[in-house]
Amino acid sequence: MSIRSTFTAPKNYNTVALSLIAIGVLSIIGLWVTSGSSADPREQARFWASLLQNSVFFLLVVNASMFFICITTLAWGGWQMSFRRVPEAISAVIPVVGVICAAILLAIVFGDNHTIYHWTDAEHVKHDEILNHKKGFLNKTFFTVVTVLTVLLWSVLGWKMRQLSRSLDNEPLATLEERRKYIFKNTVWAALYIVVFSLTVMSSLPWMWLMSIDAHWYSTMYSWYTFASTFVSGVALIALFVVFLKNNGYLEYTNDEHLHDLGKFMFAFSVFWTYLWFSQFMLIWYANIPEETIYFQPRAHGIYKGIFWMMFIINFIAPLLILMRRSAKRNYGTITFMALVIIFGHWLDFYQMVFPAVSPDKVPNIIYDLGVALGFVGLIMYSTGRALAKAPLLARNHPFVKESLIHHT
Amino acid sequence: MAKKKFIVGNFTDEAVLFPAVKKVRRAGYKLHDVFTPFPIHGLDKEMGLRDTSLHTAGFIYGITGTSTAVGFITWALTIDWAINFGGKPYFALPAWIPVTFELTVLFAAVGMVLTFCWLCQLAPFVKKDHFNPRSTDDTFVMAIECTSATNEEEAVKFLQAAGATDVKVETKDTGWWLGNYANDKMRFEQ
Repeated sequence: MSIRSTFTAPKNYNTVALSLIAIGVLSIIGLWVTSGSSADPREQARFWASLLQNSVFFLLVVNASMFFICITTLAWGGWQMSFRRVPEAISAVIPVVGVICAAILLAIVFGDNHTIYHWTDAEHVKHDEILNHKKGFLNKTFFTVVTVLTVLLWSVLGWKMRQLSRSLDNEPLATLEERRKYIFKNTVWAALYIVVFSLTVMSSLPWMWLMSIDAHWYSTMYSWYTFASTFVSGVALIALFVVFLKNNGYLEYTNDEHLHDLGKFMFAFSVFWTYLWFSQFMLIWYANIPEETIYFQPRAHGIYKGIFWMMFIINFIAPLLILMRRSAKRNYGTITFMALVIIFGHWLDFYQMVFPAVSPDKVPNIIYDLGVALGFVGLIMYSTGRALAKAPLLARNHPFVKESLIHHT
Repeated sequence: MAKKKFIVGNFTDEAVLFPAVKKVRRAGYKLHDVFTPFPIHGLDKEMGLRDTSLHTAGFIYGITGTSTAVGFITWALTIDWAINFGGKPYFALPAWIPVTFELTVLFAAVGMVLTFCWLCQLAPFVKKDHFNPRSTDDTFVMAIECTSATNEEEAVKFLQAAGATDVKVETKDTGWWLGNYANDKMRFEQ
């Protein structure tokens, strides 16, 4: 197969993506029929919780691509240049998933059902000392402002980063001075994005979107842990697209060396995730204070035990043992398999973050949620494919591109 | 310590060294080693060296550390001298994870450093021939081992043709010895 520089979707690509979206829509309809339209508020909440879990998870995962671009930009990294258009294309999905996610979140917050977010129930908050105390942070106005602003800023700053990258495609920079200026401009915008990112994903956002489901409970590690979860999945998603494009004869300058580095990211951040997960778990386990342990009671010992420990095994033990070898990180098959495992594992992680509080009596039928997840996967596939086709796959005029072509580990 | 004959060539440029290594190997000479002032990416592949087994050793040391920690703490806190800490179970695995982790890292790190020294024959007072002291400064030194099939003159000419300067046939120790370099003649003294 000859090597091409611009992506055109293979014959079945859009068909697969659209059928995945169809599966997602069917699952949502099925979920609506079985739970969402029910008169029982818990059943209704199960419907919304599924949408919440999936949309937040996939939004944070695609957003990790932009984070990847910005950290490598800030670190003046050059190795990722040969496939940088891939995370760029994935990050183009942020506005799409972002709008869906914000709509779902706001629908839950402003809806009449207070099962997911207790703190939206004004009557209840009056009598609840803890929630009353948290009113300054957990209120509808603040939630709305932060959610909308976050999606807006991620989209705009991401658009600017992509714009900067594409602006060079037809006009190479002639002088060293111009190149310096270009790198400086990139650094400034990437830094702005990182500031927004750290104020959202790394601190306040997971508290608000996910932790407030267990409104009485809190953990300061929670956001870091969520960030690690989504970043490792985000890198896995980038690796999947890189392997897919390689298999179809694109990305001629990306080779084992780049794959090895992506594999290292997947390995390292799996361990980092475990570190944060365990830090949160152990402190609570050791202190043994009832209002803290209540979070882990249904998860580690209750009916969610199976999901909880399975997620721990596939998120830690599997990457640790399988990705440890150098040859495994340079093998396209292993990386593809592990990327799928990691994304699924962290999706399960989000599942056990959301559902024990929403459905404490029985574990919901996970098939529906997987269906909804496939819908989001299809959406990401479709939108990323469109974004990939818009620009050449190599940012060939970027000052650092040579560094990537001769990359060697 | 076996003394062996070597043909030693010096290179001043990486760009000349790489094709020379390739030519020497293709011509069938027995490449003893290449000494460089700094690590060079890809030279190991060019020389046909196999991947190091240091990381496999590291993994085994790490596993040893893990099992030592878990095994010892389990024995001490559940069998030998069981103490009730704040109502926790005797087998309080989460509390032991930090120690287990530390011991894993300690075993792996120390073990790998020692293994590395052993593989490279590095130790206090241990000395080895390294052909040309300038390989620690600015010269790439290639040593070809002479076998019974090697025609020395031809090999010297071959190395010169491949870009080496100052090619010499030398007899050197292949092993290590305890002592110092005080009695060695430096090249510039010869």
